[in-house]
Amino acid sequence: MRVTFTVNGRRQEADDVWEGESLLYVLRERMGLPGSKNACEQGECGSCTVRLDGVPVCSCLVAAGQAEGREVVTVEGLAGEDGRLSTVQQAFVDAGAVQCGFCTPGLLVAADELLERNPEPTDGDIREALSGNLCRCTGYEKILDAVRLAAARTGEAV
Amino acid sequence: MDFLRPATWQEALAAKAEHPSAVPIAGGTDVMVEINFDHRRPEYLMDLNRVAELQEWEVGEDTVTLGASVPYSRIMESLRAELPGLALAAHTVASPQIRNRGGVGGNLGTASPAGDAHPALLAGGGEVEAVSVRGTRMIPIDDFYLGVKRNALAPDELIRAVRLKKATGPQQFSKVGTRNAMVIAVCAFGIALHPDTRTVRTGIGSAAPTPIRATTAEEFLTAALEEGGFWDNGKAVPPAVARQFADLVAGAANPIDDVRGTASYRRHALAVMARRTLGWTWEQYRGKQQDERNQPCA
Repeated sequence: MRVTFTVNGRRQEADDVWEGESLLYVLRERMGLPGSKNACEQGECGSCTVRLDGVPVCSCLVAAGQAEGREVVTVEGLAGEDGRLSTVQQAFVDAGAVQCGFCTPGLLVAADELLERNPEPTDGDIREALSGNLCRCTGYEKILDAVRLAAARTGEAV
Repeated sequence: MDFLRPATWQEALAAKAEHPSAVPIAGGTDVMVEINFDHRRPEYLMDLNRVAELQEWEVGEDTVTLGASVPYSRIMESLRAELPGLALAAHTVASPQIRNRGGVGGNLGTASPAGDAHPALLAGGGEVEAVSVRGTRMIPIDDFYLGVKRNALAPDELIRAVRLKKATGPQQFSKVGTRNAMVIAVCAFGIALHPDTRTVRTGIGSAAPTPIRATTAEEFLTAALEEGGFWDNGKAVPPAVARQFADLVAGAANPIDDVRGTASYRRHALAVMARRTLGWTWEQYRGKQQDERNQPCA
């Protein structure tokens, strides 16, 4: 089947999509957007987190056909058109919140959404917002630092 | 595989009547796992995300009609006062990403004994609105679970909503797992005090082939509270009564040994959760009673 939806502000189309295919597979294998990572395929790890109509979801658990006509934002959509990193991305770099990097795209999308919704999160808010994203390198402390840093910079910018 | 995309509820019912083997998908948090892992290859996959009414809820005088696809995150945020037990249970579901997609209809459709919503639904009380082109059936929640991942739905039926009793007293939900997020319950327990009928209802998860109520424990506690005049005098529940209630809850379970825990651990944990959640709810009830007593006369 053909599936059409908006990805990072641009309308995209994929043909010959198998009916049981996930949104994650379509993004990675058919639309050339490998930023969202494929790890557990059962919604346990959060590596494939994208926003569907603004809401963070595991793209491995969305059937491709369910995304028809909807708006998807992936990690590729966080940076500016000129390639400038978003506040959250820059904070991850500066705080050293990246080890192997596999969980990073999902964490970035989740953290970005948290700060949009709640610009001054408590540590509890951050832990809750990122509780669906696993980092097997166990780099959580730096990740929390990065989100705190991004929040502080967002506050300064206002 | 065919992908069906009904735009309305009527279209969904017609499609399900025509293709009873069609697997409904809403949040996808169960169905997609099975497809991703090649455990299931349905002939028809039917997307229910387009049916807007499934994402809506309505708060009436005594009941809440909760659309099958209202995501757990909305239940947590918006129905805490009306459905406190279910809101607490919703907060223990997996992770924010999963709670943004999954809803009670999916938990009921899958009918896993480990579904987090079940103990709260059983304790709070309510009915499942099962609909087909033939008409609507209200299935009491107590009659809905038939076996491991088996429910009372007919092949041509879809769940439109659950009609749940609005809380008239404190409710609690407790779940045992290895961490707070992303945990399938080792076992779970829900309790609801119903001061309007002076009864107590319970729900046990992950400790029997289906979610169950601990009816003997409920009857014992309801009688003990009545005999002691506790609903009126607002006294603390005697430890012996709480202990007996906890033992009866553990006795109601019919757990197995599996990778998540042993049967004896599950029984033990259920007794602990039953005693604690009874304590929490009863203290909350007493506190409210005292506040009301202390209010100056109008």
